[in-house]
Amino acid sequence: MPDEHAATASAGQGAPGGAITRDEVAHLARLSRLALREDELDHLATQLGDIISAVARVQEVAAGDIPPTSHALPLTNVFRADEVRPGLTPEQALSGAPASEQQRFKVPRILDEEV
Amino acid sequence: MTSIKKTAAELAALVASGEASAAEIARDHLDRIAAVDGSVKAFLHVDEDNVLAQARAVDARRAAGEELGPLAGVPIAHKDVFTTKDMPTTCSSEILKGWRPPYDATVTARLREAGLVILGKTNLDEFAMGSSTENSAFGTTHNPWDLSKIPGGSSGGSSAAVAAYEAPLATGTDTGGSIRQPAAVTGLVGMKPTYGGSSRYGVIAFASSLDTPGPLARTVLDAALLHEAFSGHDPRDSTSIDRPVPPVVEAARRADVEGLRIGVVKEFGGEGYQPGVLARFHEAVELLESLGAKVVEVSCPHFTYALPAYYLIAPSECSSNLARFDAMRYGLRVGDDGTRSAEEVMALTRAEGFGSEVKRRIMLGTYALSSGYYDAYYGKAQQVRTLIARDFDAAYEQVDVLVSPTTPTTAFPIGERADDPMAMYLADLCTIPSNLAGNAAISVPCGLADEDGLPVGLQVMAPVLADDRVYRVGAAVEKALQDRWGGPLLAQAPDLTEAVK
Repeated sequence: MPDEHAATASAGQGAPGGAITRDEVAHLARLSRLALREDELDHLATQLGDIISAVARVQEVAAGDIPPTSHALPLTNVFRADEVRPGLTPEQALSGAPASEQQRFKVPRILDEEV
Repeated sequence: MTSIKKTAAELAALVASGEASAAEIARDHLDRIAAVDGSVKAFLHVDEDNVLAQARAVDARRAAGEELGPLAGVPIAHKDVFTTKDMPTTCSSEILKGWRPPYDATVTARLREAGLVILGKTNLDEFAMGSSTENSAFGTTHNPWDLSKIPGGSSGGSSAAVAAYEAPLATGTDTGGSIRQPAAVTGLVGMKPTYGGSSRYGVIAFASSLDTPGPLARTVLDAALLHEAFSGHDPRDSTSIDRPVPPVVEAARRADVEGLRIGVVKEFGGEGYQPGVLARFHEAVELLESLGAKVVEVSCPHFTYALPAYYLIAPSECSSNLARFDAMRYGLRVGDDGTRSAEEVMALTRAEGFGSEVKRRIMLGTYALSSGYYDAYYGKAQQVRTLIARDFDAAYEQVDVLVSPTTPTTAFPIGERADDPMAMYLADLCTIPSNLAGNAAISVPCGLADEDGLPVGLQVMAPVLADDRVYRVGAAVEKALQDRWGGPLLAQAPDLTEAVK
């Protein structure tokens, strides 16, 4: 499967800081697994364009060699003791499932996609 | 005589002394909910039998001689973002409508252990994304001060419930201001603890590096009591801090600012701020000075970039977190007619199950994380996050706490900003820096704006794990202002039972 995320940058002529094209919005909707209606795509193209133009202000900051922060406080890996603990029963785990069968989640077909 | 106007501390004392039972107090609050919530619409779910059973169980524990916590028997409104085994958990989203989680959030479990009585689940902006509660799939909540105004958001059901005397306490979560802004616009106390000070286990995730559970209450002491009841290390949350909870109750009782160094953030004021908000804020600063604090102006030059950085970081994390809503294991499933693929069903379900703000943020986050745009947007935003943390560090070398208005305006009319996302986002202008840096911040009432007679909040920020400091300052302001007003600010709110008629 090709890198579908990379396709975004070439899907339209939009450049960082510029407005977003409707084609790009449609592509983002596919990446986001959102089957949006045509009128939603039109509306979002305008709104996302406005928001992206506004948030592009972060590019004004001369950040040169400033390290990025992904998390406010230092993170360390946390392990728990390797002990058996009670978990959910199959009934509890399946209690919210849209469909289940033989103690399993029942899902629509997953093969033959993108043919 | 109903108990609804008493503080949580007073109610707990009544229960402890045997003057009132938890069941009687629960009954009073259920009656209040029945009387006013048709107009306020704070709650999504209230099950009277469940509430009374919880209350009777607390009374039985006490009768059996069990030692109970300092809030035992006190009712609480619980934001519908925390999982609850015995109540639906929806995040105000169609995609989770009617979902009954098989487990309790850590915060929920600790409320139960402490003997608090959970009255029900409160409304919020869908998945906690918003500043007005208008983004709920299940209706808009109304501000008890003026039913035509927003109660803030995303914890707007919680703020409205407490301001309407439907509950003395409520839980909230704060990702960009979602506890402090609703508290400010409804005349309450709202606290965002240090990130990692309260557990995220069982809090349905929006932006994991920012989400922080915290209390809403009518007094600073009540907020501190609730903070202490549900905070502290949780082995089930990998970002939970394994350190003692700061002494917040002691600080709230101490309530003095003598000798404390207070910094006024220069960047938060001026254009875009309502004159009545600035007037009350400046009075509060003068008050702090008169109480013996040393006040200086402090510049935090990168704070003006906090809002754009937040609206890249939070949507990016949201687009990843909300990928779990895939129509396979729980929640809504749409269009599964035997011919469609799992991926088609997923896309149809998400399009129908998510509201417009959630879709906007998922798309924005997907955009910011796309290769080709990642460095220009998400990468830059993360660098701004570093610069904001450095601004805080530099400021805290000069002062003990920072202050600002909590929000640039008072409660705005319902509908005014509903389809203008950028205008809506401005409500979080002053609250976002503390989320990005993970430090502690509180909002306390500091009066009513002259233009509209609506509440104004004072924000007090302190370094990581110095949560007690903001309680100390908040309690000192509360005490001095209540002396001036002759009682709590909320006593000046219009009589809701009249408004409801």
